[in-house]
Amino acid sequence: MSDFLKIQGLQARIDADGTPKDILKGLDLEVPKGEIHAIMGPNGSGKSTLSYVLAGRDDYEVTGGSATFKGQDLLALDPEERAALGLFLAFQSPVELPGVNNANFLRTAVNAVRRARGEAELDAVAFLKAVRAETKHLSMSDDMLKRAVNVGFSGGEKKRNEVLQMRLLQPSFAILDETDSGLDIDALRIVAEGVNSLRSPDFSALVITHHQRLLDYIVPDRVHVMAHGRIIHSGGPDIAKTLEKQGYTQFLEAAA
Amino acid sequence: MTQDAPALEAFVARAGGQGAALAETGLPTRRVEAWRYTPLRTIAETAWQKAASLSSETVGALLDALPLPETGARVVYGNGQLLSALSALPEAVQQASENVSPLKGVFSATLNAALGAKGLDIRVPAGTDAGLLTLVSLCDGQDVSTHLQHRIVLEEGASLTLYDVGAGEGRYIANPRFDIVVGKGATLRHVKLQRESLSATHLAIVSVDVAEKSEYDSFTLNQGGSLARHEAVVTLGAAHAIAHVNGVQIVDGQRLNDLTSMIHHAAPDGSSRQTVKTVLSDAGQGVFQGKILVDRVAQKTDGYQMNQALLLSEKAQINSKPELEIYADDVKCSHGATVGALDDEQLFYLRSRGVPEAEARDILVRAFLIDALDLVTHEGLRDLLLRSITS
Repeated sequence: MSDFLKIQGLQARIDADGTPKDILKGLDLEVPKGEIHAIMGPNGSGKSTLSYVLAGRDDYEVTGGSATFKGQDLLALDPEERAALGLFLAFQSPVELPGVNNANFLRTAVNAVRRARGEAELDAVAFLKAVRAETKHLSMSDDMLKRAVNVGFSGGEKKRNEVLQMRLLQPSFAILDETDSGLDIDALRIVAEGVNSLRSPDFSALVITHHQRLLDYIVPDRVHVMAHGRIIHSGGPDIAKTLEKQGYTQFLEAAA
Repeated sequence: MTQDAPALEAFVARAGGQGAALAETGLPTRRVEAWRYTPLRTIAETAWQKAASLSSETVGALLDALPLPETGARVVYGNGQLLSALSALPEAVQQASENVSPLKGVFSATLNAALGAKGLDIRVPAGTDAGLLTLVSLCDGQDVSTHLQHRIVLEEGASLTLYDVGAGEGRYIANPRFDIVVGKGATLRHVKLQRESLSATHLAIVSVDVAEKSEYDSFTLNQGGSLARHEAVVTLGAAHAIAHVNGVQIVDGQRLNDLTSMIHHAAPDGSSRQTVKTVLSDAGQGVFQGKILVDRVAQKTDGYQMNQALLLSEKAQINSKPELEIYADDVKCSHGATVGALDDEQLFYLRSRGVPEAEARDILVRAFLIDALDLVTHEGLRDLLLRSITS
C-alpha cells in the first residue's frame, strides 16, 4: 500500500499582517505504510507549516495540490477527524492549557478518539492503569498528570507529555515537529524510544528535525531535504550525515 | 417619566404609605450612571402586581429542577410567602425581630423598602457554628413581583454558610434584599445561585457590615433571568475585616446579567478580594461594576479586584467598570480587567487530539471559570454550582 500518506503539489500560505505569504510551494511527498521518514531543512523552509497543514490548523490557506491519507482527502477533514483517522502531530511548542487537568485532558482525548473509531471508552480505572504504565515507561512523574496541561512544564516535560499522548492515542501516522529541540540526551533517548516502540508494519512517522542527532536514535527509512517550501532532495539515512558535515549548501545549489 | 408610568404607578399604589421615596426617585433611566448599562425600560411598562400563593405541585416541580444540597437546613419562599411545611431553620439559629434602615440611593433597595415583605430574620448566637442554611426563593406568575427582606446577624465568633437560590417560571420581578451583620470574629459564607426564569427580572441588593476580624465570603453565580443584577454593598467598618465578593456570570440568548458592588474600607487593616468572570455567547450582555472606596482612616488596606470576560460570539457584549477611590496613603490596591475570545491555538491543540470542536470549547470555557469557582470554599456548594453550569 504505497499511498498511505501522499502529498502532491501542495501549496499553502499564511496571512502575515494582511499580506498573504506563500510558504509551501508545490510540495511532493509520499510516506508508505510502516516506514519512518525524516524531513530536514534550514529555518524558514516550511517544515512546521507542513506539519500544521497536515494536522488541519486553519490559519493556513491551502491554495493548491492535494494530501491524501489512507485514500481519504485529508485536507477536507476537521482536525479531530484526522486524529480519529490515525494522524498525530507532536507539537514543537505545545500550548499551555491553564485550568485543564492533564489526566482529564488525556482521558477526554483517548475516549474521543476511541468513540470515533468505534471502540469502547475507557473508564477511570482502566484509563489510569493505561496511563500509569505509559508514564513509567517515559520516566514521567505522576505529578505531571495532576497539573494543568503543559502549565509550568519544562521543555523536556512538554515533549514527554506529547509522546505520552502519542502512545495513548495509538496513531497510525505520527508527525514529530522538532521534538528533539531543547532536549538533553537522556530525554532524547526516552522520546526516541517512545517512537521506536510504536514501530510496526502499520505505523508510519514523519520526523521533522534540524539535527542529525535524533536520527541516531530514530533511524529513518528515508530522509528528505526541504527548502523554500518544497522537497528538493530525497535519499537514504546517510543524507543526514552528509548534511551534518557539509550543511545544506550543496543541496540548495543543486536545486537552484 | 411617562415611560415609567404603569410600573411606577402600580408600585406606588401597592406601597401605600411606604411609597413616597420610590415615587420621588422613579425608575432609573439610562441617564442614571449606576443603571447606564442595565436599562430598566423592560420593566417600566408593566403594572406589576402582588403574586398569588403557589400550589404545592408548582413548588415541587421548581425545587426538583434545582441543584440543592441533601443535607443542612432549608427555608423555602414561594412568591414571597414562607412555605412553613418545607422550611426549618438550623437548630442553632434564633428568630429575631430587628429594625432595618434601608440603604439610601440604591434603586433596588428603595423598591424593596416600598414593597418589602418580611423574609428571614435570624440571629446566630455568639460562638456558634450554625452550619449550612439553604434559602430558596421561588416565583411563578405573570407580571407579578416579590420583594423579600432578609436580615441575618452573626454574633461574635459565630459562623454560617448561606446557600441563596433564586428560581422560577414566568415573567416576574424578584427583588430580594439582605441586610447582614457579621459580628466580631464571625464568618458568613454567602453562596448564591441566581437561576431565575429567562423572562424574569432579578434585582438583588445585599448590604453587609463586616466587624473586626470578621469575614464575609461571598460568591454569586448569575445564570438566569432576562435582566438580573446582583448588587453588594459591603462595609468593612472595623479593623482587620475581610470581604470576598466573587462571582461568575453565564450569559446567553438576549439576556443581561450584572454584578455590581461597592466595597467600602472604612477601617484600617482590612482586606477585600474580588474575582468576577463572565462568559458571554449569542447576543448576551454582561455588566461588571466594581467600586472600591478606601477612607482616609483605612490605612494598610489590601484590596484586589480582577474581572475577566470571555466573549464567544461577535454579538455578545461586556461592559466593565472598575472604580478605585482611595483617600488613605498607605494601601495596597490592585485591579485588572481582561476581555478576550477563546484561544485558537488551544482550541486547535484539543481538536488535534481528537476532541470534537464543541467539546473542546466547553473544556476551555470551564477552564476559564475554574479558578473563580475554586474560590467557593464550601466544597459541596462548589460542586452544586459546577453542576448548575454544566447542566
